[in-house]
Amino acid sequence: MFKRATNHQEPAVQITVDGLPVTARRGDTVSAAILTAGCVEPYRYTAVNGTPRAPYCMMGVCFDCLVTIDGIGNRQGCLIPVSDGMVITRQNGKREIES
Amino acid sequence: MSFPESLHAAYDVIVIGAGPAGLAAAATTAEAGLRTLLVDENSAPGGQIYRAITTSPLKNSSILGKDYEAGNDLVHTFEKSGADRLAGCTVWSLDRERVVGLSCGGEARLIKAERVIIATGAMERPFPIPGWTLPGVMTIGAGQTLLKSSGLIPSGRLALAGQGPLLWLYAAQILRAGGHIAAIFDTTPLANYISAALHLPGFIFSPYWTKGLGLIREVKRAVKIVTGVTRLEAQGKNKLQTLVWEAGSRTGSIDLDVLMLHQGVVPHVNLAMAAGIKHEWDAIQLCFRPVLDESGNSSIKGIMIAGDGAGIGGAESAAERGRLAAIDTVANLRPDALAQIPSRDNVRNRLAQTMRGRAFLDHLYRPSKVFRIPQDASTIVCRCEEITAGEIRASIAIGATGPNQLKAYRRTGMGPCQGRLCSLTVTELMADERGKSPEEIGYYRLRSPVKPISLAELASIPQDETAIKAVVRG
Repeated sequence: MFKRATNHQEPAVQITVDGLPVTARRGDTVSAAILTAGCVEPYRYTAVNGTPRAPYCMMGVCFDCLVTIDGIGNRQGCLIPVSDGMVITRQNGKREIES
Repeated sequence: MSFPESLHAAYDVIVIGAGPAGLAAAATTAEAGLRTLLVDENSAPGGQIYRAITTSPLKNSSILGKDYEAGNDLVHTFEKSGADRLAGCTVWSLDRERVVGLSCGGEARLIKAERVIIATGAMERPFPIPGWTLPGVMTIGAGQTLLKSSGLIPSGRLALAGQGPLLWLYAAQILRAGGHIAAIFDTTPLANYISAALHLPGFIFSPYWTKGLGLIREVKRAVKIVTGVTRLEAQGKNKLQTLVWEAGSRTGSIDLDVLMLHQGVVPHVNLAMAAGIKHEWDAIQLCFRPVLDESGNSSIKGIMIAGDGAGIGGAESAAERGRLAAIDTVANLRPDALAQIPSRDNVRNRLAQTMRGRAFLDHLYRPSKVFRIPQDASTIVCRCEEITAGEIRASIAIGATGPNQLKAYRRTGMGPCQGRLCSLTVTELMADERGKSPEEIGYYRLRSPVKPISLAELASIPQDETAIKAVVRG
């Protein structure tokens, strides 16, 4: 949904999103990295009706950027900077009880 | 990131938010020798207006503009002041005793201050149109955040819709960064030009006049503008595909990949309201704002509010209001240090200068009722619980009287965002439907934690022996 406007000098940061390797840049938030990667759409599905969503406000207000980061769920991806080796999982609908 | 060893158990002053108001306030109290802590949710200082000022990949000021560079001075002054700073740290509670609940790197702390200055700033007013929850629809502020912090511009077909200074600023920045805008849909009600004209003299003598006209001219040369827009609907199956618009009797549609919305900013009141600070309805700016004295003292002793969280005034006025709050703090806690910081009169004068032209902007960019109170029954109001305007109207018809009763009917405001994105819409919709004023209808009753915190984080709060004895048996 987004592309880089400039020839970036910022170093690359390697993360994975749902197991796919994604190259982000230092200074990106998790949400910025996912919106630029393009390979993972939609960003998430809601827990209430399972509808597709993507970040709306990018400043910590709307909570439409929720993702699982390194095993911890419901993190605000728009506030958390990427770091090397970060494992991000999209949240697809409501959670199920695993048997 | 977790709490540093150097963090004190208590502070003279805790400032919440590292935008212009927070940076200026914390720098001023620290310069006066007060032990000051500045806490901010983001990893870098600047707030929204000066977001990523120290880290932005857009080194060249020709894209973001000179006004953005003003953030550098605020950050440098703060860094020299000797105040402590906690970045990437979330404030999840604040009580009447001025105990601040902090969360950082998976741990939590409760830290007390003699004074708390809330500088949590503004957020964009909700813009509930049909389809605003589709991926591809976001706020103009969101777009600008991505531009400042990561140098990102939308790919594919982009349109902007709404009104206000930020719309024109972002449009110009996107064009300078090499982006393309298919169209701008201006929702400014035509009648606003008449009500704003009364305030024109103050505006002409403000810096906004030449800056604003320059920006609008720059954008109009390159982008198709549709004015007098009265209806917007975003359509698409799993993401945005088309924007359908009406402007009086003219109608049209346009295929889009990204639609950005904006109709002004409002104070971000969640923390102040959860602390129990009294708020009132501002009938001009159409939002709730805290009841404050001239320095920024709230209805709770020792808690102050500065910047746009105290009522929208813009970045420059926010910094001055931060300084005013700091001066009042120093006058109370260390009056002998007043000589070391700017005088109250100087700051007051500068504040008055920065507020010139504000009345014009408030009247010109007062959003239209149709974009504040959804007319279509299917428009989602509460994005988290996915509750529509039609469902809310049906609840009012069977007896829901205010936002807090409505929670029991529909769970509006009870999702992850805790009412941030629906509260103004719900209040205004209920007021309109019931023939009452927004003041009478009131706001959601907000409570801490105002941001999510895990039980593990709560359990990490260090406890003293008395507290442990109170709950441990045997």
